[in-house]
Parts: sequence; structure tokens; C-alpha cells
Amino acid sequence: MAKLFLKGNEAVIRGAILAGCKSYYGYPITPASEIAEAAAKFFPLVGGTFLQAESEVGAINMSYGAASAGQRVMTASSGPGISLKQEGISYAAGSELPIVIVDIMRGGPGLGNIAPEQSDYNQIVKGGGHGNYKLIVLAPNCGQEMCDFTMLAFELADKYRTPVVVLADGFIGQMMEPVELPDPVNKIPTKNWQVDGTKETKNNLISSIYLDENDLEEHNIKLQVKYRKIQETEARFEEIQTDDAEIILMGYGIVSRVLQTVVEEAREEGIKAGLLRPITLFPFPKDIINKLCDRAKVFFVCEMSNGQMVDDVRLALNGKCPVKFYGRMGGIVPGTQEILNKVRILATSLPARGNYTEKLSETFIKI
Amino acid sequence: MIKDILQKPESFYKEFYRKSGSNKLTTHYCPGCGHGVIHKLIAEAMDDFGISNKSVVISPVGCSVFAYYYFDCGNIQAPHGRAPAVATGVKRAIPGSIVISYQGDGDLAGIGGNEILHAANRGENISVFFVNNAIYGMTGSQMAPTTLIGQKTTTTPYGRSIQNEGYPIKVCELLATLEAPVYIERVAISDTKNVMKARKAIRKALQNQVENKGFSLVEILSPCPTGWGVKPTEAKKWIEEVLSKNFHLGIFKDKTSEPVALLNEAKKFDPEEIKKIIGEKNQNEQDTKFSKPDVKPKYQNPRIKISGFGGQGILFLGQLLSKCAMISDYYTTWLPSYGPEMRGGTANCQVNISNKRIGSPLVTETDVLIAMNLPSLDKFENDVKKDGLILVNSSLIGRNVRRGDVEVLYVPATRIADEIGNTKVANIVMLGAYIAQTKIVSNDCVLYTTNHSVKKKEFLKVNEEVFRRGMEYVISYKRKSNKEFDTVIF
Ligand code: SF4
Repeated sequence: MAKLFLKGNEAVIRGAILAGCKSYYGYPITPASEIAEAAAKFFPLVGGTFLQAESEVGAINMSYGAASAGQRVMTASSGPGISLKQEGISYAAGSELPIVIVDIMRGGPGLGNIAPEQSDYNQIVKGGGHGNYKLIVLAPNCGQEMCDFTMLAFELADKYRTPVVVLADGFIGQMMEPVELPDPVNKIPTKNWQVDGTKETKNNLISSIYLDENDLEEHNIKLQVKYRKIQETEARFEEIQTDDAEIILMGYGIVSRVLQTVVEEAREEGIKAGLLRPITLFPFPKDIINKLCDRAKVFFVCEMSNGQMVDDVRLALNGKCPVKFYGRMGGIVPGTQEILNKVRILATSLPARGNYTEKLSETFIKI
Repeated sequence: MIKDILQKPESFYKEFYRKSGSNKLTTHYCPGCGHGVIHKLIAEAMDDFGISNKSVVISPVGCSVFAYYYFDCGNIQAPHGRAPAVATGVKRAIPGSIVISYQGDGDLAGIGGNEILHAANRGENISVFFVNNAIYGMTGSQMAPTTLIGQKTTTTPYGRSIQNEGYPIKVCELLATLEAPVYIERVAISDTKNVMKARKAIRKALQNQVENKGFSLVEILSPCPTGWGVKPTEAKKWIEEVLSKNFHLGIFKDKTSEPVALLNEAKKFDPEEIKKIIGEKNQNEQDTKFSKPDVKPKYQNPRIKISGFGGQGILFLGQLLSKCAMISDYYTTWLPSYGPEMRGGTANCQVNISNKRIGSPLVTETDVLIAMNLPSLDKFENDVKKDGLILVNSSLIGRNVRRGDVEVLYVPATRIADEIGNTKVANIVMLGAYIAQTKIVSNDCVLYTTNHSVKKKEFLKVNEEVFRRGMEYVISYKRKSNKEFDTVIF
């Protein structure tokens, strides 16, 4: 099958339909609107439902209903809209509903702007709603992955009975790249818990309420066990030239693309740099970080935020290796040369292994 | 009341096994509460229509949050106020089901005002039972959107005032102004006569859904002795004497005699068919490939920036280039400037064409700049790498490129396009010029891609013509260095 030339946002809907998603509920917002537009175009053609909801809140709750009925369903938005959806996301996590949510991040806080940022990391990965829950979070960095990871999101959502987020930024959503359509999913697992208006399922209940404290703790423990299993089995990442790397660059989404070029250019200068790109942000790929830190002398995390993922890198390393951070905000995507300059500085002052104390002033926080 | 509830309809669970505590036979509602009666009326109607197996009840947040203890059918508990949205998702997923949204006054008229408004306005084929007791019962008798003027609650200790809280919301009257709803009625749980009316209204709301008629809402004035701080008998009296004088009983809308649109059978698609639909191409097109021409090293793996003003087809030109690259088996990316600045003003895009996987799609160090207007040249000239290539639309740019370390092609693209009779195709002239100079993709590939990207057929010939003119311009005119700037300027 030859390739299509698609925006990341358009690729999302191709993936959703191939994954057997049957309905889309959404609300327009830049830079995510092409997802809704593609859904409006294609869902009716393949016997699905597209509905522009009255609000982000409406959209996530319609998704909640469709998922309760056992349908594969999705919604998408950008930061401000995701903030509004958080109530529904918490309910979906509590009721263990498989909903796929796509977040095309833009600049914040508040109205911010429509340029790409990565400042939704905390609200998505750490949980922006109330309660002890986690979401599986996939971070594509190209058009093909926007399609593929959306499909994967549906698989994981059903497998673990949990909402899954595809977390991308304005550039990944707006950029056009060749995309090869994968084969459609033929068999969608049946769900014995769904409430689908039949005799067989009429004793099923979708709910997140547990009035008794012990019952609610038990439910919470069940959720945590699930999250632990996800942490153990579903962590995904990509490595580029990390084998002998002394400087491990880390970034996700559009930043990982820039870092890939930085690694190539640094290598040409003889700097032993490598890229570790988390694909799943939860589960965070802690094991590989710990493996790489045996050889690496420094981790250099780059984000389009005030430093949100870097906290997880620090937690994973737990002081075993210095961590430097460089962040741009407001919708500015750091350029290759900009980061390469930092890498050059790092390369000339690599700390000796196993013997360092990190001072905040040493880091590259750009504010 | 207890006696009523003990005679359970079939659509109630025999034993309320989900209910916590040891008493699984009676409801969790207070003595004299209207919810139990309303539940029973709904369950009896479900019995009558034989629909409990295909019914789904959406429980709200409020005293009836545990409605799912009772109804022997599919149950879903929804966030506060969102039941109509959840019901929409369920009904759309399973159109053959009977979906019931059961909501209180805070849930429906307060926090969920938007959800009910739009579900009603879309005419969702659902039945909404709206229990209005003019108070927040569950959280301890706070003011509801339907609390009466002067009524004391824990959050209106001096009585609801018009100045501070405004007037009680009349949901039936409000929703009856919408086109779509087919049936809206207000009833009351007070004396036997009114309970009988309530029974009839509830039955009708369900029947409407069974018959696919559309959106029905029954508002039920319901006693809340606990919230009102009165005895159950007094509560019923208050409904008769006070509440129903403020919220008039009756039918506010009834379109049920109008003909019903038939439901379309959901069509089944096989996966291959689906792939074809979302592929948007027929098989022949998908397989078309063009071979890469031999490209001079200095023109290989270009990072291209194209810039101009809105309406010059800047983004389209970039997409064409990228598409050509794709079917010539290159890696390629196209990144637009997006958002408000596109609406009028400037537009630019960044294109990468490469023999290897592309890291950063951002074009900061530019190999090729296509400047369609002067601001673009001003802005991006200095980003071009040494020995890079700048294509200047000399029809609109009245100055030389200032740098001496780059290759420059001055192409009067707008003039050539005008000669053909269409200013808009200046972008294709530039494409011709760029391809003639670099041969990054074959001419056939460009013509094929252009033909398949243009929606209006009358543009096909024009595009072919201007593309050739662009190429010829570069081939036939001696390349002009930026020192010998002599192109005609308009
Ligand atoms: S507080 Fe009022 S509405 Fe709630 S259960 Fe008691 S009587 Fe019924």
C-alpha cells in the first residue's frame, strides 16, 4: 500500500477508524481541529458517529456513554479543552472505561497561544483530575506514529480497561508527512462488563462510586495493581546511538525529532551523544534510564515546558547521575544549533562518574 | 409508601443487592420522599412496554445517585449534570436501546444546564425524568436553581432573594421553546390524581422513545420532606399549595402526533472497504511511483523555506513539493505556520526532502528559500546557508539579494502567471523554476502530483502551462548572479 501525505491530526483519525473506533465526540480548538474535521468527514462514511458536542465537557461525557456501551470511542482537544475534560477523565478512570483521548498541546497557561508547547505533561501524566488514577500516555513524534499510536491506544485501552491519551503538540499535529495505512483491526475484543441494552449485560453497572471506605480503598488498590502491571509491561521507548553515549539526551514528541538531529551533528563533532526518547510517558521507561546511567555521565533533558518530564527522569535516576535541563516555553521550538551549543558545553565539562553533587545553577534552565 | 415499594414492579430488582447495609428490601430514600414513587412509576412503565432488558438508566449525582440500586436493567452512573451527554453517547452507540436520564434539579438545571439544553436541542431520542424538589437534598438542603423566591435553605438562610440569586428556573417552559423536543410535561407527586397524571406522563415519555419519536422530558414536582423540614403529609400539601403554583403543571409541548423519521439500518463495512474509504485514492493512484533523478550533491537533502502572503498558495506549493518527494521515494516533511497569521498576513512553510529519515522538521538553517514577496526576503534572507539557493519572485520584490555567498534566481513569477491569465499560479511558476534548477524530482512527477492535487479541472491545463514556463525561464535565461540584477520589475 502506497503512502498518504497527511497532517498528524488527519493521521489520528485514519488510525482510529482502522482500530475499529465507531464514534468521535469533540469540540473545535486550534491546533487540534483537523482531528474533528477528519472525523466529521470519515466517520459517517464508515457507519460511525461523529458529533460536535456542545462543550469539551459534553464531548468527554458522550465518550463516557459510548465507552460504557462497549463502543470504541475517542475525543480530542488541546490544553484548554483537556483541562475542561479532566472531570470526565477522572470518572472514566474510576469507572475503568477505555476511551482514547488525543491532546495536541499548545501554549499555556490560560488562553496562552496556539503554538506548540509540552506543558500538558503534568496534567496528563500526573493526572489533572481528582483521585488516585493514572492514564496510559503515548507520545508520537511523526505522522506515522500519530496513526499507529492511535491504534495502539485503542488496544491498550481495551486491554487494561482504562483511558489512554495520545499526547502530541501543535507541530506534530499540523505537520504533514507520508503515512502508510496499517491493516485494519479485524477483531475487537468483547467486553463482558459493557452496558449495551441487552438481557445478557443488564446486570452490569458502570460506576465510580463506592460509598463504603473499605470498598473504595479496595477499588483504589485494584487500580494501583493495574497501573503497576502497566508499568512493568508496557513501557516503550526509542534509542538512537545510546550504546556508547556519555551524554544521554532525552525528549519526547517534536523535541525528540530536534534531538535526533542534534545527536547526528554532535557525533560528527566527535561528541558521544545519544537519544533516549520515551514513547510511553506513563509508564515511564525507568528501567532503560537506569541501564543507560551505568555508562552515561550526564542526562540532558529538553522540553518545551518549564521542566515537567525532567522530574520523572530525576526520580528514575534517584541521584545516580547528573541531570541537566533546557526548556523553552510560549510556543518556541528549540532549534538544533541552540541545543547543540549546550551539548558542546556539556561535552567539555563531563563530570567524573559516581562522584558529583548537582547544583541547580549548573543546569541550563532557560527562564 | 413502604407498602407501595414492597409491591415491586418486575423492572425493579427483587432484592436491592447493590445497596449497602443489611436492609435490601427498602430504598435508601427518606420516608415520604418522592423518588421512590417516581422510580416505581418508571419501572411499571418499563414492565408495560417490556423494555427492561434493553433499557439503560443513567443515574445522576444527587439523592438519586443510587438509582442503579433499584432498576433491573443496564445501569450507568454519570458525573454531576452530565447524564444527558452520557445518555447521548449510549443511545448513539446502541440506537435500539431505551435510554433514561434520571436527574434532580441541581443536576439538570444547575451544573448540567448546558448538557440538557443541547441534548434537547439535538432531539436525542431519550427520555429524561427531571425531579424538581426545589432543593439540594443530598448535600443538606442548599439552594437549587428551582428554589422559590423567599424559600429558606442552608445557603439562603434569609430566603432566596431576587437581587442575589435571581428567579427559579422553569425548565419545561425554557426547553419548550426549542424546535426538537417532542414532548415536555410537568407533573407532581402529591395527591392520587396527580400521581396518576405523573404515571401517564412517564409512560408517554418512554413510549415516545420506543416509537423513535425523539426527545421527551417529564418534570416531576416531588416531595422532599427532609430537605424542607416538614412531615411527609405536609410536604405533599406544600407541593399542591405552593410549589405547583410557581411551577405550573401541564403539557408544554407535544409533537408526538407528527410523523417519525425512520431509523437507518447501520451499514456493515468490511475492513478492506474501510481502508479504501480513508485512503481516498483508488488502487492505481496508490501504486504510482517515480524514480529519483540524479541530483547534484549541493541540491541534495534540501531544507526549504517558502514564504509569501496569504493567497499566494504558499502552503500548497510546499505540499506539492513534499508530495512529489514522497512518491519519488524520499523522506519528507511539511510544516506550516498555522493559526491567525494565516488569515490574511504572511504565510510560510518549511519543507524537508531527504534521502534519510528526517530528524528535526524545522528549517532554521535554510538551504533553499523561495521568497514570494519582499517581507519574506527581508525576514529570511539571512537564515540561508552559505552556498544556499534563493528564488526571488522578482515581480513583487524590488531589490537584490544582499548576500554575495548564495546562489540566486530571479524569476518574475507573478508576471508570468499574469500572462497566462491567473495571478494565483505564480507559485507553480516558482515550482517550475526550482525543479529546473535542482532536478530534485522528475517533471513527470510534478505534473502527476499537480494534476492529482488540484480540485478544479480548469486549473489542470493552466498549471501544466505555467510549470513549463517556470522551467523554461530558468533554462533559457542565463542564470543571473545577484550582482547583475536585470529582471523586469513590476
Ligand atoms: S433528602 Fe429529600 S430528595 Fe433526598 S432522599 Fe431525602 S426526601 Fe428524598
